[in-house]
Amino acid sequence: MATHDIRVTVNGTAYDAQVESRLLLVHLLRDQLRLTGTHIGCDTTHCGACTVLLDGQPVKSCTVLAVQADGRQISTVEGLEKDGKLHPLQEGFWEKHGLQCGYCTPGMLMTTCALLTRSKNPSEAEIREAISGNLCRCTGYNNIVKAVQFAAERLGKEA
Amino acid sequence: MIPASFDYHAPGTLPEALALLSKYGDDAKVLSGGQSLLPLLKLRLGQTGHLIDIGRIPGLEYIREEGDFLRIGGRTRESALESSDLVRTRYPILHDTAKVIADPLVRNMATVGGNLAHGDPGNDHPATMLALGAQVVATGPKGERVIPIEQFFLGLFRTALRPDEVLTEIQIPVPPARSGGAYLKLERKVGDYATAAAAAQVTLGSGGTVERAGLALTNVGPTPIKAADAEKFLAGKRPDAATLGEAGQRAAKAASPSADRRGSVEYKREMARVLATRALRLAVERAGGR
Ligand SMILES: Cc1cc2nc3c(=O)[nH]c(=O)nc-3n(C[C@H](O)[C@H](O)[C@H](O)COP(=O)(O)OP(=O)(O)OC[C@H]3O[C@@H](n4cnc5c(N)ncnc54)[C@H](O)[C@@H]3O)c2cc1C
Ligand code: FES
Ligand code: FES
Repeated sequence: MATHDIRVTVNGTAYDAQVESRLLLVHLLRDQLRLTGTHIGCDTTHCGACTVLLDGQPVKSCTVLAVQADGRQISTVEGLEKDGKLHPLQEGFWEKHGLQCGYCTPGMLMTTCALLTRSKNPSEAEIREAISGNLCRCTGYNNIVKAVQFAAERLGKEA
Repeated sequence: MIPASFDYHAPGTLPEALALLSKYGDDAKVLSGGQSLLPLLKLRLGQTGHLIDIGRIPGLEYIREEGDFLRIGGRTRESALESSDLVRTRYPILHDTAKVIADPLVRNMATVGGNLAHGDPGNDHPATMLALGAQVVATGPKGERVIPIEQFFLGLFRTALRPDEVLTEIQIPVPPARSGGAYLKLERKVGDYATAAAAAQVTLGSGGTVERAGLALTNVGPTPIKAADAEKFLAGKRPDAATLGEAGQRAAKAASPSADRRGSVEYKREMARVLATRALRLAVERAGGR
């Protein structure tokens, strides 16, 4: 059984870990680093519940090997809140009822976080396109779109 | 789901990757974006002793026009293709294709080389490359060889790549003036493989007739399908509605779909006809024909 010593930076903190070749990034995060905010939904690369940012890009962490992340930056939902203050996106999901069961929410937050980094004022179409790889079985998406618009506006005011 | 055990290698250079592939032969697989391979290994539909990750080899991700070709590095991500201004303005058929592959998250990992090397008739780039008359560069222990795309897809999940080769570059002939292309895909939802899809690339001559037409179909047979009869039919003709419709008919005849949850044989063949006709019409429009 092949193992590898890797170092990953998650939400700004460096972690050293020994991983088997076949360990998936989502299992490294959840089972070894105990960052269970990232969810596993389908486990077949369809739902996006497991979305994290890898060097700033949203990817499905159930379809990336942990060793592929060696030396790279990862952002998860746990990193959004800063000093006890929710991220504007988190506030938006709260204010606009962007969630019901909350299962898809960590993935939605990470995908839309990357969207707002590259596009300050996305159109509704852009938002819907960006989240088209994240499935939500509860909200019907409308309130998620509103939550992202809320956050875009809030971030615009802060800037 | 957890894949069966394998060993993982992350060579820093192409020669190292090739040496590993030669060493392990059939017991090794190239890992590029992993968006086809990892799901396969997780579902245990496939197994391998060694994954050779080409992700840390510099110089395999680029999109540039050079000489007579648009050159795309084998590990170029779909998301890079999608956001490239060069691709959007000069190769709209490629832009069309990239943006309907899987979903935006998968496209941040998935690569153009992987899309071709996988040999899945459901992949979208193969038809586009057939329509464009592309060629791929395979690099092996003895150096590079160039494979015309028409000779690349041998069967279901089978390509002309040898186990010790890496697909390093895709070369697309720079289209002459008055060329245009389009890719149209029917899918049940974002992230689904095509029920049927059609790729068309057209060059018009000075008199407004078709000088060259490339036409190919996705997911309506065991391999991507080049609609050679339709292409020949179009050459030299004026691209009016009747002619494009007849070409669509001929393309549909070349399809050999099988029935599954996406539809019956008849339905898929009919969709291939409609999409081929519409893709040709849009290609002609973009070529400045109307
Ligand atoms: C939910 C989902 C939906 C999808 N929908 C679509 C879709 O609609 N259309 C579509 O076209 N694709 C779709 N895909 C597939 C996706 O685009 C794949 O990622 C792509 O087909 C393979 O590219 P990759 O870089 O991920 O290759 P990998 O998964 O890394 O590799 C695939 C195969 O090609 C080989 N290989 C890869 N690169 C090379 C190389 N450079 N040289 C030699 N061999 C190589 C590997 O050994 C492996 O056998 C979907 C995938 C998922 C998970
Ligand atoms: S758990 Fe990864 S995409 Fe569904
Ligand atoms: S809130 Fe339940 S899946 Fe989205």
